[in-house]
Amino acid sequence: MIKFFVNGEPVQFANDPDTPLLWVLRDNLGLVGTKFGCGRAQCGACTVHIAGEAERSCSIKVSAVAGKNVNTIEGLTPSNPVVKAVKAAWVDKDVVQCGYCQPGQIMSAVALLAKNKAPTDAQIDDAMEGNLCRCGTYPRIREAVKTAAASLGGKR
Amino acid sequence: MIKSPKPVTTRRAFLKSAAAVSGALVIGFWLPEKGGRAWAQGTPKPVHPNAFLRIGKDGTVTVIVKHLEFGQGVTTSLPMLIAEELECDWTKVKAELAPAGPEFANLAFGMQGTGGSSSVSNSWEQFRTVGAQARTMLVSAAAAQWKVKPEACKADKGFVTGPGGKKASYGQLAEAAAKMPVPEKVALKAPKDWKLIGKATKRIDSQEKVDAKTVFGMDVKRPNLHVALVLHPPVFGARVAGINAEKVKGVAGVTHVVEISGGVAVVGKSFWAAKKGRDALEVQWDTPEALKVSSDKLTAQYKELAKQPGPSAKKAADPNAIKTAAKTVSAEYEFPFLAHAPMEPLNCTVEFRGAEAEIWAGSQFQMMDQGAAAKVFGLAPEKVKLHTMAAGGGFGRRANPVSDYIVEACEIAKEIKVPVKLIWTREDDIKGGFYRPAYVHRVEAGIDAKGKVVGWNHAIVGQSIIAGTPFEGFLVKNGIDDTSVEGVADSPYDLANLDVTLHTTKSAIPSLWWRSVGHTHTAFVMETMVDELAAAAGQDPVAFRKVLLAKHPRHVATLELAAAKAGWGKPLPKGRARGIAVHESFGSVCAQVAEISIEGGAVKVHRVVAALDCGVVVNPLTVEAQVQSAIVYGLSAVLQSEITLKDGQVQQSNFHNYGVLRINETPKIEVHLVASTLDKPTGVGEPGTPPVGPAVANAVAALTGKRPRVLPLGKTKWA
Repeated sequence: MIKFFVNGEPVQFANDPDTPLLWVLRDNLGLVGTKFGCGRAQCGACTVHIAGEAERSCSIKVSAVAGKNVNTIEGLTPSNPVVKAVKAAWVDKDVVQCGYCQPGQIMSAVALLAKNKAPTDAQIDDAMEGNLCRCGTYPRIREAVKTAAASLGGKR
Repeated sequence: MIKSPKPVTTRRAFLKSAAAVSGALVIGFWLPEKGGRAWAQGTPKPVHPNAFLRIGKDGTVTVIVKHLEFGQGVTTSLPMLIAEELECDWTKVKAELAPAGPEFANLAFGMQGTGGSSSVSNSWEQFRTVGAQARTMLVSAAAAQWKVKPEACKADKGFVTGPGGKKASYGQLAEAAAKMPVPEKVALKAPKDWKLIGKATKRIDSQEKVDAKTVFGMDVKRPNLHVALVLHPPVFGARVAGINAEKVKGVAGVTHVVEISGGVAVVGKSFWAAKKGRDALEVQWDTPEALKVSSDKLTAQYKELAKQPGPSAKKAADPNAIKTAAKTVSAEYEFPFLAHAPMEPLNCTVEFRGAEAEIWAGSQFQMMDQGAAAKVFGLAPEKVKLHTMAAGGGFGRRANPVSDYIVEACEIAKEIKVPVKLIWTREDDIKGGFYRPAYVHRVEAGIDAKGKVVGWNHAIVGQSIIAGTPFEGFLVKNGIDDTSVEGVADSPYDLANLDVTLHTTKSAIPSLWWRSVGHTHTAFVMETMVDELAAAAGQDPVAFRKVLLAKHPRHVATLELAAAKAGWGKPLPKGRARGIAVHESFGSVCAQVAEISIEGGAVKVHRVVAALDCGVVVNPLTVEAQVQSAIVYGLSAVLQSEITLKDGQVQQSNFHNYGVLRINETPKIEVHLVASTLDKPTGVGEPGTPPVGPAVANAVAALTGKRPRVLPLGKTKWA
């Protein structure tokens, strides 16, 4: 029995401890906002926060998060200033296309801006390069991250 | 329960190739008359507005979008067309994806389908007409209630107003309006009166996508839903020779192992159970030597074929004219197979209930998929309900005439009789075929002393995308698949004595259209060869093109806009160079200027400036987004992506070895729209893809003096 927390709620998992965290979230907890894209930490669609860090849930065994708190896209606090700024910028810049990768993109952007409110272009690329988007929303993602940073008072 | 199938000696018809399977399909849909080109067809017919529109008592306007939303923004642009004429409150507009149904046909195809960059253009008259019809009915309902003439009433922002200060909301009028006759003829607004069309309008699906509330096919939840994974043959066309499911029995959560036409399915109570089960499954495959194709041998064969005479797609008036040329340029080009690799891996959820079935899928071809499913179940198509789910990209992969993964899911559901979601892993996707076929082009072109093209001999070798599909009748003529030669045989350039031959090859590797179809390779060849001829003539590439395009003002205007915005001809820092390309596809013309450098032997693209003439612009925001998208998608293929085979096995498996563009590799992209002379919209989703490759290649040539002719460019070390 593996015990951990998802979005602050205690959860237990009694099946195969090798099950990737992604599939526990999706199949067992019904949290389908975290997406399956590649299964080997290449695309970032499955990005969640573990101890504030953006992590790829498809490549983390559920046993590895025992005792930890996992935050998913569903668990982002709407009133949190960084979350609010990122989501508002995403809508303002009309970023999404198909939208499938966007929960992962947003999780990576939130993790970046929570730590660095004035990222350089290189730092934005560095934080976001693990998140693929086949629709090619990258130009608007860049703009949106900068817009969110500006609204958080980040200056550079 | 685990079914352990006995080794079987005789097999059902197997998915050897697109051709083998699709030829046997009987699908209940109507195709345009023979001889017509798919997207050139289509005359809007009056439709009952109820199919496309619902107005709630609260005034909410729900537009039923007949096309799949897979990023292109159609759930915003099609409602804009209705809202423009309906005169409703835009903030109360919602979009819903249409299920499979004949009333939702793409008027350019004559069947339901999303592709060919036709969603807005084919809906242009139809959806505005629906909006105008509904508005007329709302006004008629109000006039009848108030006992006044409809002419005395006015519709605006979701209300009808009448004499004496009378006012009623669309919500209040909806029920009565629905009983009004549908007007046959309605006048559409003049462009000067448009309030929404042409205005930058934000997507209406942004918030739900940002909040991760959009339900993709992958996210469908049903009671007792099982998950299926399929073990596909390691070589296209190989057949199951024996199945050993002994080790699968030990995997907790696995419920079924079933052989289907496309391989062997392992079903479990969760993805992970099915995945572990599939990993434990042992299958022996019967793989004839002939199927063990290797890319390098294939390319060598194609190169040989390109030198041979072949079926003609276009005959030169004087095939010997090239011998009079002052200068000739010859070149051979190689294009690899390409996977679509949409972010949402392929999936399909099915509930088979004996006398009827229900399907959830992000389908570009709803009715074909519905028909294919019905055939598997032995049911009439109307007994199969297909829900169109939001799709995480598609780029052509979800528009498969043979409905491959839909059929797989249905075969599994029919056998196991429990609700099931088939999921393809990324490895299944990359290795799974239905690729943009590999091609070889061979070109010899000659110019006279003034730079006029006097002869152009062009040979193309590759698989047909269309042969064997239900589209063959009207897209393949005299053995020439139009999609193999589009962009060459119909080139707008003034090329005296253009001669085009096509060698259509066959293989077991399934092929499919990939964003911009034939233009993915033809634009590259045409635009790099024209560039090479400009250099041979000692002329500027823009000036040279303008002379050859003198009879095509849209091309010239687009070329000029891109060049001007990119600062064509202005000096660049050392180590940088520009290249230009212009290409027409899907009724639109797109020109691009790429600015590049070489870093560590690799091509780095810094900036792409695009100009597009797409006719009437419905939503400038989504048009800009689609051009950015098309460029990023095209750049992935130009720089990184390739599928190769060795002894029949695909060598790539996931994004670590099937490279696609990442944010740090993405250039600055600028999109400029040409003030078009057309009075209707043309294609948007695809026309941005073809020019980016040749623009980059021409920049590489300008910088290095070497002409890129083998794709992707990442295969070559540049200096």
